[in-house]
Amino acid sequence: MSLRRRLRLLPVVPSILLLALFMVAPVAWSFYASFTNAALSGKAALNPQWVGLDNYARMLTDSVFPLSAWLTVVFVAVSAILGQNALGLVIALLMTRSGGALGSLVGTAVVASWILPEIVAAFAAYAYFSQDGTLNQLLGMFGVQGTNWLYAFPMAAIVLANIWRGTAFSMLVYRAALSQVPRDISEAALMDGARGWQRLAFITLPIIRGSIATNLMLITLQTLAVFTLIWVMTAGGPSNASTTLPVLAYQEAFKLGDIGYGTAIASVLILIGMVFGAVYVRLIRGAKS
Amino acid sequence: MTSLRRAPLLAGKRPTAMAGGRFRVRLAANAALAVIGVCFVLPLAWLLLASVDPHAGYETRWPQSPSFANFAAVLTPGLLFQPLVNSFLLSAGTAVVNLAAAVLAAYPLSRYQSRFNKPFLYAILFGTSLPVTAIMVPVYGLFVQLQLLDSMPATIFFMATTTLPMAIWMTKNFMDSVPLELEEAAWMDGASGLASLRRIVLPLMRQGLGVVFIFVFIQAWGNFFVPFILLWSTSKQPAAVSVFSFFGQHGAIAYGELAAFSILYSVPVLILYTVVARGSGSAFALSGAMKG
Repeated sequence: MSLRRRLRLLPVVPSILLLALFMVAPVAWSFYASFTNAALSGKAALNPQWVGLDNYARMLTDSVFPLSAWLTVVFVAVSAILGQNALGLVIALLMTRSGGALGSLVGTAVVASWILPEIVAAFAAYAYFSQDGTLNQLLGMFGVQGTNWLYAFPMAAIVLANIWRGTAFSMLVYRAALSQVPRDISEAALMDGARGWQRLAFITLPIIRGSIATNLMLITLQTLAVFTLIWVMTAGGPSNASTTLPVLAYQEAFKLGDIGYGTAIASVLILIGMVFGAVYVRLIRGAKS
Repeated sequence: MTSLRRAPLLAGKRPTAMAGGRFRVRLAANAALAVIGVCFVLPLAWLLLASVDPHAGYETRWPQSPSFANFAAVLTPGLLFQPLVNSFLLSAGTAVVNLAAAVLAAYPLSRYQSRFNKPFLYAILFGTSLPVTAIMVPVYGLFVQLQLLDSMPATIFFMATTTLPMAIWMTKNFMDSVPLELEEAAWMDGASGLASLRRIVLPLMRQGLGVVFIFVFIQAWGNFFVPFILLWSTSKQPAAVSVFSFFGQHGAIAYGELAAFSILYSVPVLILYTVVARGSGSAFALSGAMKG
């Protein structure tokens, strides 16, 4: 490359600096600190010691980490991969069948819960699932005695809340994807006597499979990082019954001051993100070439 | 709408059965949509009703004596204005830093062929997949070491970086749609790359820049976790954090005020989203990631 061509890339430098300082450096520091006993206060705060794989070994013996990892898998699988993804697709499909004002009205309702600031959505979800909340009022109308969902079924509450909060994203992805499906193809199938579900399974879904894959990646990553919703609704409780990994990392690092163990948990999450990120990049590259 | 235009054609081939089937499908689809819509609105109904109910609790009910007392109670400098000003400074600062860096980076990526472009863009795409909540633990550690905690500018630069990868992709896509010919004429006349960026490209992609700015602004405005960890002084905290700490302490009594505050705090992003969705068909947030 000539000097002139190199100079052309000069405007990229501010972005590279920002990314290096605030993204690459923290990730690198996270991996480094996870091998130390760094702490928020005390002797280890001033002079952290290298402890090798101790923090990672502790995850296996810790009573909370395996539970937390499992809860994270459940949270992502049920609320994102099953809930948001399927519901988003269903809403998008229904919209193509219905058309008109009702479709866009429902679309607005779904998007509203997504575009609200996360803390406001979390307050609304908290109120909805609390003892005197809307859910119990509805159940009361059918003569069902409600309970305090946030204590009795914290996982169910945060899973449903996250479906409510995040379905809009999948809906928008699938609406865009379905609008690209050529009508002639599905109408030709209709003429051949294909039933609704057959057209969906053998024609529509295969055509939009690229969007499905991308959507699954993105909502998995978004759901993996959910903190505020859970923190406001249950704070990970009662007794860790809804402590997903981001909540656990926060508690270990900031509540208990154990930065070493906190960064080890964060590093695990970052590694999972990296694996998904690599797959995501391959997907996009494949789609382009 | 296409289905409406097609309907007569189909009906001509298989008259009554098809038309009746279509009608029933549409009816079922509308019923299902209505049920889903109600489910999504229900949690928000509490927010709206409680905000005008001076005696609100967590149950959803029609206020017995509706009034704007809750709004009046939170409309004070310390409770509402200061946090909203902080939210605005934080979000606008983040959006400005982000947009400046993204425009500069997008220009050579969009205008010049280079072996550097593809690897850089894919590396950036990879960056969008790192979970920000996980990065907050090491970022906190880093900020302690660099003595950047409780600093508004440092928080702005960090927040700008978290949305930067997405912003660069979006900006590059918008820039790609500005024809190169216009610029080549300017180059002939001796204008430098950056001069033609300022005088020709940026004015032509105003709308796209607006979309990116609003996209980043909305994300920063709604962000709770980052300022929750990085900003400690009450005088610097944005609305997301102040509402959490205030009602965490007084929440047991002030449900109506909480709802009123939440609504006032949400209105700006709802307006901004509507502005963008009108212009670009509501899927604006996805355009950067999906077009690739």
